[in-house]
Amino acid sequence: MSTTQLHVPESEKMPREHYLNATYGIRSWLLTTDHKRIAILYLISVTFFFFVGGLFASLIRIHLLTPGGYLVTPETYNKLFTMHGVAMIFFFLIPSIPAVLGNFVIPIMIGAKDLAFPKINLLSWYIYLVGGAFVLYSFATGGLDTGWTFYTPLSSIYSNSAVTPAVIGIFINGFSSILTGLNFIVTVHTMRAPGMTWMRLPLFVWAHYATSIIFVLGTPVIAITLLLAGLERMFHLGFFNPAYGGDPILFQHLFWFYSHPAVYIMILPAMGVISEIIPTFARKPIFGYDFIAASSIGIAVIGFIVWAHHMFLTGQSTYSAVAFSFLTFLVAVPSAVKVFNWTSTLYKGSIAFDTPMLYGLGFIGLFTIGGLTGLFLACLGLDIHLHDTYFVVAHFHYIMVGGAIMGYLGGIHFWWPKITGRLYPEYLARIAAIVLFVGFNLTFFPQFVLGYLGMPRRYHDYPPEFQVLNVMSTAGASILALGYLLPMVYLTWSMRYGKVAGKNPWPATGVEWTTDSPPLTENFHETPVVDWETYDFEHRPELGLSGTAPRKPVPAHGDD
Amino acid sequence: MHRTGELFGQFQTLEQQKETASLGMWVFLVTEILFFGGLFLTYSINRHAYPTAFGIGGNMLDLNLGFGNTVVLIASSFTMAMSVWSAQTSHKKLVPLFLILTLALGSVFLGIKVIEYKQKFDHHLIPGHSFDITYCSKNPSACNLSGKDLDDEKKEIQEGIEAEADEAKKQGAANPEEVGAAALNAHAQLYFSLYFGMTGLHALHMIVGAGLLLWLILEARKGRFDANYNTPVDNVGLYWHFVDIVWIFLFPLLYLINRHLA
Repeated sequence: MSTTQLHVPESEKMPREHYLNATYGIRSWLLTTDHKRIAILYLISVTFFFFVGGLFASLIRIHLLTPGGYLVTPETYNKLFTMHGVAMIFFFLIPSIPAVLGNFVIPIMIGAKDLAFPKINLLSWYIYLVGGAFVLYSFATGGLDTGWTFYTPLSSIYSNSAVTPAVIGIFINGFSSILTGLNFIVTVHTMRAPGMTWMRLPLFVWAHYATSIIFVLGTPVIAITLLLAGLERMFHLGFFNPAYGGDPILFQHLFWFYSHPAVYIMILPAMGVISEIIPTFARKPIFGYDFIAASSIGIAVIGFIVWAHHMFLTGQSTYSAVAFSFLTFLVAVPSAVKVFNWTSTLYKGSIAFDTPMLYGLGFIGLFTIGGLTGLFLACLGLDIHLHDTYFVVAHFHYIMVGGAIMGYLGGIHFWWPKITGRLYPEYLARIAAIVLFVGFNLTFFPQFVLGYLGMPRRYHDYPPEFQVLNVMSTAGASILALGYLLPMVYLTWSMRYGKVAGKNPWPATGVEWTTDSPPLTENFHETPVVDWETYDFEHRPELGLSGTAPRKPVPAHGDD
Repeated sequence: MHRTGELFGQFQTLEQQKETASLGMWVFLVTEILFFGGLFLTYSINRHAYPTAFGIGGNMLDLNLGFGNTVVLIASSFTMAMSVWSAQTSHKKLVPLFLILTLALGSVFLGIKVIEYKQKFDHHLIPGHSFDITYCSKNPSACNLSGKDLDDEKKEIQEGIEAEADEAKKQGAANPEEVGAAALNAHAQLYFSLYFGMTGLHALHMIVGAGLLLWLILEARKGRFDANYNTPVDNVGLYWHFVDIVWIFLFPLLYLINRHLA
């Protein structure tokens, strides 16, 4: 195991002026149009919602320690898993990487001074806060027990919990996503620096471009769907109510038309982060750049036509089920392209096991398990057995927690020196990454087994023979919680006491590493001109790399 | 508000700034299409499921008011296009004139819509407890209904109830006539829920557009828009045409489909 010699001379000083000290005072933050400050605002708010969702998750796991669950009543248990899902999905996972890391680094990566619409960027944060306030109001005044999916007619007629404010909150929050996506698409089209051609865009930017397509095309549909469900609840209309001739299955179709692509909103940006981390710490250009870029777009496009695989058991026609099953298998192809290209990049690389790389390698393993178990669920026959069991829960947590959150934390560590100008404590961070990996697998792997054995999801109770696996899962969740608290502590500590990072501590090849850490408000002293290929270490002597790693892609069947 | 044609900090050139604003508007309109798309899908599926009830509902709308509104809206799109043209060709005096005309036509549209909604309210066609699809045929004087129109409506509703009763009979209902009447009422209510949902959302977009026009008029009167700088006029124009096009789809879908039977 080799470790990096970080390229930080002892004499490195913080730049005298940067975006953090350009102006002071609460107004300068709340009215800022600087994409970097807005990213920090998002960082604080999504972290808040992460802990809200995490609190509910802890209560769920404690409740499930014993069969029969003595902690909460069944009604409260329904509310716990619903609020866990709503907080985590709509207010943490979906905005996390795009609104925090994407917001911070995309303009710098393409050599721009800011996003195309800085005021709209700030507006989208405020919209997020308003939506979040409605949802917290719902949590505080009766909670929410419909499941995060809001299936009608439970949500529109029968539920006695505070569905209306939650639906309004998620409706409002949707516009925050739409505006972020719109901003990214326009920024990538019009704000690139001289020399930053489409095929020189970092793969992180490609991933966000694909994500933004989903934001823009998918989110309006969930907005109108939840609006209709909300109107139905408020005014007793019949859009999805069989009593008036409405069709509850139509709600599911409309809901999943957004919410399946929403899964790709969570995972694509994480894939973008991994595509930055892997070449940086393998000291090698990424293998198959254009295939990875195209696969992001491919996932976004195919991801729109697989939604009904959530509904195999609704009595849809066999022909449509077969078509959706096939398309679901098809969407695995671009995902696999990425995994193969990352591993090919590692091949014969000079691998450094810095913290971001640990998250990156963890991501590849966990995402592969999560993705392959998705194919189990895409099988029409097997899905009848596994539908609505813990197998599904484990599958999507491998994608969302093992994939998206690993990618998010990897990205936070990778760009932390750029965001704050300081390094986090490396050894502590590595320990945290390993704790997270262990805790995660201990939490969710037993759930695959539980689901396969037949434990249904969303039940507050289980037969005694499932207790051992449930105790393992709860124990893992405790370790996982520790793994999340550690970075909170040392990252906060490092903002003040961390070693000064300098421009390019790893070193990495992106444009964002050529400017100060932390950057100026305008990002660059003068507009950069990009005259190198992305991920090219060979022609970049200023990176100061010496050593034996090949700096060119190595064919997979090269010389062995 | 920034001065005419000022370059914002994040851009290098004015062309880049203009292109960015225009692309942003187009992307926004794409999201709007998807937003209305969910409603159109809900409408299509239910129309397919309940053609009789939806036909009756559609025939209860006032064709004259709907057609009048279509003409008004198309005219407003023309005046909007003219104000964009005036700005692009630096006819500074014409810009506010055409914008005011557009706003006036938009207001006429919304006014007619208010009259229509009021009429539906009087005819017990607002979804809710007092919704009654047979109200007008039972109280023709309250709806100014007489002669052939009244006979047509009675006949249509009777046929609708019979069709629903047949369906109920197939499913083994004990009192198909009663079940059929209730089903027709429920499905017609679904039609009117969608009618109010779709036209209401469209009207909301019109109101937002009217607000934008008001702002443009104030700016245009100061002579802000000319061949060099007309991005706001251009973008609001795109938005206005979009809202217009939504109505071009709504009008036949809601008002026209079953007219040949009447």
